[in-house]
Amino acid sequence: MIPEVGQFSLILALCLSVILASLPIIGAQKNNYLWMSLARPLAAGVFVFLGVSIAILAYAFVTDDFSVQFVALHSNSLLPDRYKLTAVWGGHEGSFLLWTFMLSGWMLAVAIFSKSMPLEFVARVLGVLGFLITGYILFMLATSNPFDRIVPLPPADGADLNSALQDFGFIIHPPTLYMGYVGFSVVFAFAMAALLSGKMDAAWARWCRPWANTAWGILTLGIALGSWWAYYELGWGGWWAWDPVENPPLITWLFGTALIHSLAATEKRGVFKSWTVLLSILAFAGSLLGTFITRSGLLTSVHAFAADPDRGFFILAILGVTVGGSLLLFALRAPLMKSEFGFDLVSREILLLANNVILVVAAASVFLGTLFPMVYQALTSNLISIGPPYFNAIFVPLMGLLSVLLAIGPYCRWKRTSPSFLVQQLGKVALAAIALGVVLPLIVTLQISIAATLAVALGAWIILAMLKDVRSKTANKATRVQGLKSLSYSYYGMQLAHLGLAVMLIGVSLTSTFSTERSVLLSPGQSVDLGSYGFQFEGTTSVNGPNYVGEEASFTVTQNGEQITTLHPQRRIYLATGTPSTEMAIDAGFLRDLFITLGEQKEGQSWSMTIYVKPFVRWIWLGAIFMTLGSILAAADKRYRRLRRRQTDSVKSAAGEKTVGGELLPSG
Amino acid sequence: MKPHRRKKLGIILFIAAGMSVAVGFTAFALKQNINMFYTPTQVAEGEVGQGQHFRIGGMVKTGTVEGAQDSLKVAFVTTDFVSDVPIQYEGILPDLFREGQGIVAEGEMDAAGVFQASRVLAKHDENFMSPEVKAALDASGASAENHNSMATNQ
Repeated sequence: MIPEVGQFSLILALCLSVILASLPIIGAQKNNYLWMSLARPLAAGVFVFLGVSIAILAYAFVTDDFSVQFVALHSNSLLPDRYKLTAVWGGHEGSFLLWTFMLSGWMLAVAIFSKSMPLEFVARVLGVLGFLITGYILFMLATSNPFDRIVPLPPADGADLNSALQDFGFIIHPPTLYMGYVGFSVVFAFAMAALLSGKMDAAWARWCRPWANTAWGILTLGIALGSWWAYYELGWGGWWAWDPVENPPLITWLFGTALIHSLAATEKRGVFKSWTVLLSILAFAGSLLGTFITRSGLLTSVHAFAADPDRGFFILAILGVTVGGSLLLFALRAPLMKSEFGFDLVSREILLLANNVILVVAAASVFLGTLFPMVYQALTSNLISIGPPYFNAIFVPLMGLLSVLLAIGPYCRWKRTSPSFLVQQLGKVALAAIALGVVLPLIVTLQISIAATLAVALGAWIILAMLKDVRSKTANKATRVQGLKSLSYSYYGMQLAHLGLAVMLIGVSLTSTFSTERSVLLSPGQSVDLGSYGFQFEGTTSVNGPNYVGEEASFTVTQNGEQITTLHPQRRIYLATGTPSTEMAIDAGFLRDLFITLGEQKEGQSWSMTIYVKPFVRWIWLGAIFMTLGSILAAADKRYRRLRRRQTDSVKSAAGEKTVGGELLPSG
Repeated sequence: MKPHRRKKLGIILFIAAGMSVAVGFTAFALKQNINMFYTPTQVAEGEVGQGQHFRIGGMVKTGTVEGAQDSLKVAFVTTDFVSDVPIQYEGILPDLFREGQGIVAEGEMDAAGVFQASRVLAKHDENFMSPEVKAALDASGASAENHNSMATNQ
């Protein structure tokens, strides 16, 4: 009975979201106050009913209600409680419910934190979000209902959660990624509201920026968590595989990164308006593309859900309607958006433009490499795959170029900067960065590598330029501390995110260049050396978990003959399915990771295993954490919250803040 | 032409030129990095060129997996139930690699007609068959539904 309440709640959420998608938007067109003011309560209602729905699904998991098909397929009575609860997103149906619920959460946040925006605008934004949620719930009810029952004979026990998912990473990666993904729907809704009203001014960009920054930061974290999880769980020491399902989040991230930079120019200078709107649409389309690829069963991947063509067509239809419709609206309205155009060839605008071109080219080439095999197969019925070398060949030079420009950007002024000023400011920084690039990798690793030199030089270039900028910006104050306090949150946010990129760049490059691995067969007592590290295999003991049995190996790790740690990788068999699974052992460090994966037992007591030394691999995720913190700092900047007061001020005094852009359409 | 128009045109041309170069490079990189996929039957019929790097997919034939006891070398036979191709691999196989399961291997044929794999992939979810393997089985007339029984019968 209780699962039916969940389904009923889902239907109620659908009804409310249908009203939300229609009345407030019509109200905004007709200037009907009552209809517009329905938007906020309706958004809250949709959130509540979707919340009830997902809570009931979670309850079905925790109480082992295997009469619910989704529970029977993704849980088992032996499963630990934390995985029962999170198995809600362990399959297609439940994870889509989570996705929709999160969108309603974002929508509720917009309803609450939009007091400074005109009601007409809020009504349109919430209406567009309601439209998306309507599509998503229809999709669930039509093709993938998580509350479907197995009647009349429910199984005695469930089929179990995929053993690869029974891990901490599974608890946090999917929700964080979804949270970031659907956050771009909010930015998309802002863009649609601007197109619908035909009004797009500096205030629009200012409303939009905190949301875009937050969504971007969470998406960054979500991708990084996925990378970290794959690294320690999948057992081949990789942190990025250019897997067709990893790529759509990256495409979304690249468009999103372009978007937050283009928004800066739109807010401050009133330029790139239609481009900003287009990027909002593209970032949103990227997120839907990710859904389509994982849920249509088109591609082979660790992420792919079970294939069902109906679902694929339905998502394709949602994709077509929303993206096609928004592009049509864009084509109709964009010509009316007049951008200012007053800047020189060396100016912050141009650097932001260059940033956008590079990021969009990168996104487009990743998109091409991801979809090319599918298109090729449809045209020729030959199966192909595109290897990582393609992506690396395109992506690495583009990111290098981006890093070169990134350090210059903050030094450029709006409108015009003299090149000689840049040379004077950054000349010495460039020389120092090159020197560090040559010397540092040599000292740390005693090896010479062009890739490492370039990466460290670029990282140093970004970091040194940043330090110099902070120093010169605080130099005029009485004390350094006062100077540091006078800088805005958004300035710190920008610098922190840029620092994150530098750290990530160094991490990616050094770990790709200097990682070593060895696959060996060892008997107890034998040892193997890798660089300055020695790994001694001590033997195995059997272990019993709540829902698995296995063997645990012991290793003593030495560096230059001195013991530094012990490692205990496992090999498990999950009882419900008989699935084998390796649990690697990692000794994580700021400068290097050591890790061991266990293969299988051979003759006697000997085991096959792979041992890895991965320098600087942690820097990749550290960089992502910096980016996320930076985006949150930027979103928390005071001026977004001061806005309301400032707006009323500007009405009172004729000498209010100069607004750039303004009305695009004749009013009415 | 007004000066700001000219500037705008300049920027647009610059972006267009940059994009074309990027597209050119992309197309080139794409062409260099395509891995073709072949079924065991296609391999047996000699469709694969000498020294070509490609992917092969099929089921692991029951009773053919032989792991060396003193090294990480492993040999097995992959089949689409029409033709068989022997595969050799040195390293640790994925968790879900086992007899009767669909796999995809990447590598080259050697002179002796053995596929030397540099990478072996198996699915994480055992209810799900790789579209590539499914295509290989469909092509050979063995449908996805009865592959399990066929694999155990052989």
